Amino acid sequence: MNLTWMAWTMPTAIFFLVIAALLILMTILAIRYPETPRVGVLRIETTRGDRLFISLLGSAFICLAWLAAFGAPLWGGLILCLVYAAAVFRWV
Amino acid sequence: MDKPVNNKAWFLVLPVLVLVAFSAVIPLMTVVNYSVQDTFGNNVFFWAGLEWFEQALSSSRLHDALLRQILFSVIILAIQVPLGIFVALNMPKRGFWASLCLVLMALPLLIPWNVVGTIWQIFGRVDIGLLGYTLDKLGINYNYTANAIDAWVTVIVMDVWHWTSLVALLCYAGLQSIPDAYYQAAKIDQASRWKVFRYIELPKMQGVLLIAILLRFMDSFMIYTEPFVVTGGGPGNATTFLSIDLVKMAIGQFDLGPAAAFSIMYFLVIMLISWVFYTVMTNLDKREEMQ
Repeated sequence: MNLTWMAWTMPTAIFFLVIAALLILMTILAIRYPETPRVGVLRIETTRGDRLFISLLGSAFICLAWLAAFGAPLWGGLILCLVYAAAVFRWV
Repeated sequence: MDKPVNNKAWFLVLPVLVLVAFSAVIPLMTVVNYSVQDTFGNNVFFWAGLEWFEQALSSSRLHDALLRQILFSVIILAIQVPLGIFVALNMPKRGFWASLCLVLMALPLLIPWNVVGTIWQIFGRVDIGLLGYTLDKLGINYNYTANAIDAWVTVIVMDVWHWTSLVALLCYAGLQSIPDAYYQAAKIDQASRWKVFRYIELPKMQGVLLIAILLRFMDSFMIYTEPFVVTGGGPGNATTFLSIDLVKMAIGQFDLGPAAAFSIMYFLVIMLISWVFYTVMTNLDKREEMQ
């Protein structure tokens, strides 16, 4: 398959593969271990999927903030994102 | 304790997912790919890393466009929401005049964006436009092609003219759904007009009002056609909103990389705001169900 029209690069491919893998993982989890929504520190009902969405969206902004404050590379920002995601899954 | 939700029904929306993937997700992926590369055409790309993002984050041109965009959205919301509520409260409740009002209110909503732009572009001209000519004869120096304030006023009044009816119609629908018993109870308690509005009408309109604000915010935040037709983003850059700037960058200058980085950030902001609105709305619904 010719994918040059989409101008793929290895880093962006890895980025989307990670997101796809997370979505598949969430699907499997939802089938194997159905869950009830819970109310966390944001005082809204969230499921695992909601928490993943909040983590990803928040991470995007954390990375942008990191880029604005410290510039590339983003490794520090990425660590911060993982900490943030862990906190979201634990408390939100 | 709630029962676990069975999410298997979600598999039934897979066909839609495929369609959306084809029309939105895959193009979006391409944008992400462009945002980390540079091109001089011919489908040849060079790795640029995060350079475009850094550039966009520190670009005063984009900061200015963002500020203008926020200012525009805030101003039109501050005008359209109270005005829409006011119109809805004063519309006839039933009968011939109610139907006539509804049709008249719906008219501006049916006009395509670029036609609205053209109407106002001509309407505001001093030589042939009714508005421009009248203002000129009244001795007011009005020229939306040369004066930034005039251009802003024109674009805002145009948007108010185009979209206030949407807010009004949604609020009207919300008002119509209030049972008479509420008003009768208020009458027995001798509630003032303000109190009826504050404690009966406004809470009952809350749901539709939120939808109206969300729709108006999203539309105004992404506005392109009308200001583009009327002012073309000018005078200077005075009415260059985010999407006008984006199109200039992507198609005018053919800077695909920077434009892609910029549109991703634009998309993230819109997604965040939509999510906040969506969450607030669904939680309001749930709270109402529990009451």
